[in-house]
Amino acid sequence: MEDIDAIALLQDPVRRRLYEFVAALGREAGRNEAAEAAGVSRTLAAFHLDKLVDAGLLEAGSRRLTGRSGPGAGRPAKVYRRSAAERGVSVPARDYGTAAVLLAEAAEAAGLDVELRDAARRRGRSLAAADGPCGGLAEFEGMLARRGYEPVRECEESRGECGPGEGGGAVVRMRNCPFHVVAEAFPPLVCGMNLALLEGLAEGGGRVRVRMDARPGWCCVVAEEAGSAPPSKNNED
Amino acid sequence: MTDDHRTADAPARAEGPRHHLAQFNVATLKFPLDDPRAAAFVELLDPVNALADSAPGFVWRLVEEGMPDATGMRPAGTDVIVTFSVWESQEALWDFVYKSVHLESMRRRREWFHRHAEAHLVLWWVPAGHVPTVEEGMERLALLRERGPSPRAFTFASSYTAEEAGLAPV
Repeated sequence: MEDIDAIALLQDPVRRRLYEFVAALGREAGRNEAAEAAGVSRTLAAFHLDKLVDAGLLEAGSRRLTGRSGPGAGRPAKVYRRSAAERGVSVPARDYGTAAVLLAEAAEAAGLDVELRDAARRRGRSLAAADGPCGGLAEFEGMLARRGYEPVRECEESRGECGPGEGGGAVVRMRNCPFHVVAEAFPPLVCGMNLALLEGLAEGGGRVRVRMDARPGWCCVVAEEAGSAPPSKNNED
Repeated sequence: MTDDHRTADAPARAEGPRHHLAQFNVATLKFPLDDPRAAAFVELLDPVNALADSAPGFVWRLVEEGMPDATGMRPAGTDVIVTFSVWESQEALWDFVYKSVHLESMRRRREWFHRHAEAHLVLWWVPAGHVPTVEEGMERLALLRERGPSPRAFTFASSYTAEEAGLAPV
């Protein structure tokens, strides 16, 4: 399926809600919970979820949702997760991905890490200036969301997710790396660029700080309230 | 940091992969390790090595006898430090190198190391249980530099499977 056809499928509001629910979940989603989140029947959700799989926007698997196994555990349910494949449409046709990889390759070969980071930090500052000064972590989260980072609040103590404003030492982790393809090809160079860009974005307000905290499946950077304790110094009480 | 998952992994490891991935890399220091300008790098050594030792898929790393690491061994030149380790899979190695605190030391590599015009990291498959020697690491790096990536000496960007390397499952 052509990218443009796959993306056109998301025009349907029910499909769009289902896709966004699964994409934001960060784990495999069952049909029932997806149907509930999208406010449609299970049958209709199943129909649209499978359309999204056909288009390559989601991937399907099967899992026993009860967590039990062996006889009597029930048959495995169909589950969905976001496909790692990227879809992009440019009209007229442009290919910035190839340009980015070539530029990164040249920058890597020339050892231009510092120059790239300086440029990224400056860009972050000017983007922040255009967006208006960033107040607290919640505002910064909004800024990250608009830039495609898919921010998620994580309470450092429990390592679970918690809602905005909950808890003091909350950390914002990003589910999506907007530079994924180039970052996978040149990790230190591009992750360093990303960190510098976000440092520039966070500057000014002085209430948010960003730092490198790379983990599989996540953007390499996290954001937190400035002055909050680093994770290695957990409270003893 | 705990090593709980290693104990949890132990039974599975007994019937784990038959082949492991070895990695050897060289880095040319801009300053001696006791130079203040290398201090930030030296500070990262212990925590990053501890992280490697407890990382999923970690099998072995080179350590100088009686020392916590191999930074004192200079098989490739007096100002060249080497890193040498074995992993259960390429994914496990990738996640440690680029998806852990280790990335921070990679990000700052230009502060401490000269840029290598030639390849500085080489990967190859070894039978599980085989502990490779430093000579072997040096040979594989030389092979990569002379002939480019092949099943006997490759890189992350152009990798080969154990089967392609002639180490088919027994």
